[in-house]
Amino acid sequence: MAELISSGTGRGAVGRQVRLPLRQALAIALRSLKLRLARSVLTFLTITMAMAFLVDVWITNALDPTVRNAILIQRHIPVVVAVRRTREIWLVVLSLLVCMVGISNAMLINVMERFREIGTMKCLGALNSFILKLFLLESLGLGVLGTLAGLLFGLAVAMAVALNHFGAVFWTLAPWGALAGILPACLAIGPAITVLAALYPAWKAACMEPVAAMRVEV
Amino acid sequence: MVTPRTASLESIAPAAGREEIVRTIDVVKEYRVGDQVLRALKGVNVTIYRGEYISIMGPSGSGKSTLFNAIGGLDKPTSGKVFIDEVDVAQLDALELAWLRCRKIGYIFQTFNLITVMTALENVALPMIFAGLSEADAREKAKAILERVELGHRIYNKPSQLSGGQQQRVAIARAFANDPAIILADEPTGNLDLNTGKAIIALLKRMNREQGATVISATHDLKMLDVSDRIFWIRDGMVEKIQNRAEVVIDAGEMH
Repeated sequence: MAELISSGTGRGAVGRQVRLPLRQALAIALRSLKLRLARSVLTFLTITMAMAFLVDVWITNALDPTVRNAILIQRHIPVVVAVRRTREIWLVVLSLLVCMVGISNAMLINVMERFREIGTMKCLGALNSFILKLFLLESLGLGVLGTLAGLLFGLAVAMAVALNHFGAVFWTLAPWGALAGILPACLAIGPAITVLAALYPAWKAACMEPVAAMRVEV
Repeated sequence: MVTPRTASLESIAPAAGREEIVRTIDVVKEYRVGDQVLRALKGVNVTIYRGEYISIMGPSGSGKSTLFNAIGGLDKPTSGKVFIDEVDVAQLDALELAWLRCRKIGYIFQTFNLITVMTALENVALPMIFAGLSEADAREKAKAILERVELGHRIYNKPSQLSGGQQQRVAIARAFANDPAIILADEPTGNLDLNTGKAIIALLKRMNREQGATVISATHDLKMLDVSDRIFWIRDGMVEKIQNRAEVVIDAGEMH
């Protein structure tokens, strides 16, 4: 008899919610980005600029001493050890941090604005993990797009400056292997910092009570 | 102790519609405001039966919303118990609560609360997808429900392209998506004009009759009295009186 009661077919039985529709979360995340286009574009640009800065500094720092030394050796001039440009590294780290704070704030505003939507979804049966996914996907989307744009922009700037500085000889002397390693690293760093920045806002959204849907005042 | 056999017999042939769907036992809710304790509910005992249309009435600050939220499993009482369909809500974990909200309860809000980025069809389909239906099945069923609330021609519209009354119709369709036993409507006519409000009340009543779902509505709207089977009057954190429709109609007659 006890078995029959716990088998959960009659009245008085409660099941456990398990469904995790990722595609729905993705669709909602993408459309939410479009709905808040101005803010999305601003966040996108922040990531783009920060990543472009990172790529540019990284490539230039790898390129400059190598190519310069190669040129010096070619002309039989003794090589002086180059001073690492630590100030630029400070600036890059700072810019990435500022970028993270910006994303975090934008997402927090997003979450606060959408309290009713989040509460409603929870009333409809959404799990915390669904809400978490919603906001992390939104952030990840911006992160990937912003990083790709930043990568192209930073690469273009670094190459143009190097070409202008060293002339055509740069093409033959540049350490292409080392440069090729920088791009995938940046491709990982960009989305990683955007998702990291969105963790707290997304968690805050996920923990929101369904009763938030009932709130009338904003 | 009720055996499963008699329980299932009951659900086939309820004794004249007297099958319990919600019961509250000595529900007390206290809020801390600074170092003061505010008692929003001071021990509420009500029983609601399957298929009923209940209105919870009372002035703001009476504890009406607190009681409503407790019944809906949205708020845990400080003490006392709330049973929904024979299940003690306080005993449920997060996953079970989500399951309950998804399948047993349909929510209707004063501010409609449609997901702005989704079409009417997608809004109605969403709770079904949360319940595990495939997207195709959910859309098909959502379409059928939208036709029943007379919005078959606007299923691809976003909420911003719909009037308030139409949005509330979509919300009603969404609330009925998973054939819930209980519909909780929080001031469903609060943001609507007189005639639209009337139409929404009529629709709720019709769905209540056709689907057999219990409708529980927290409201200020006296238009609701006409369709309610019983009215709970809440004052000062307690149930002041419970009236059935006939009594209310007589009362209203005396007022004129």
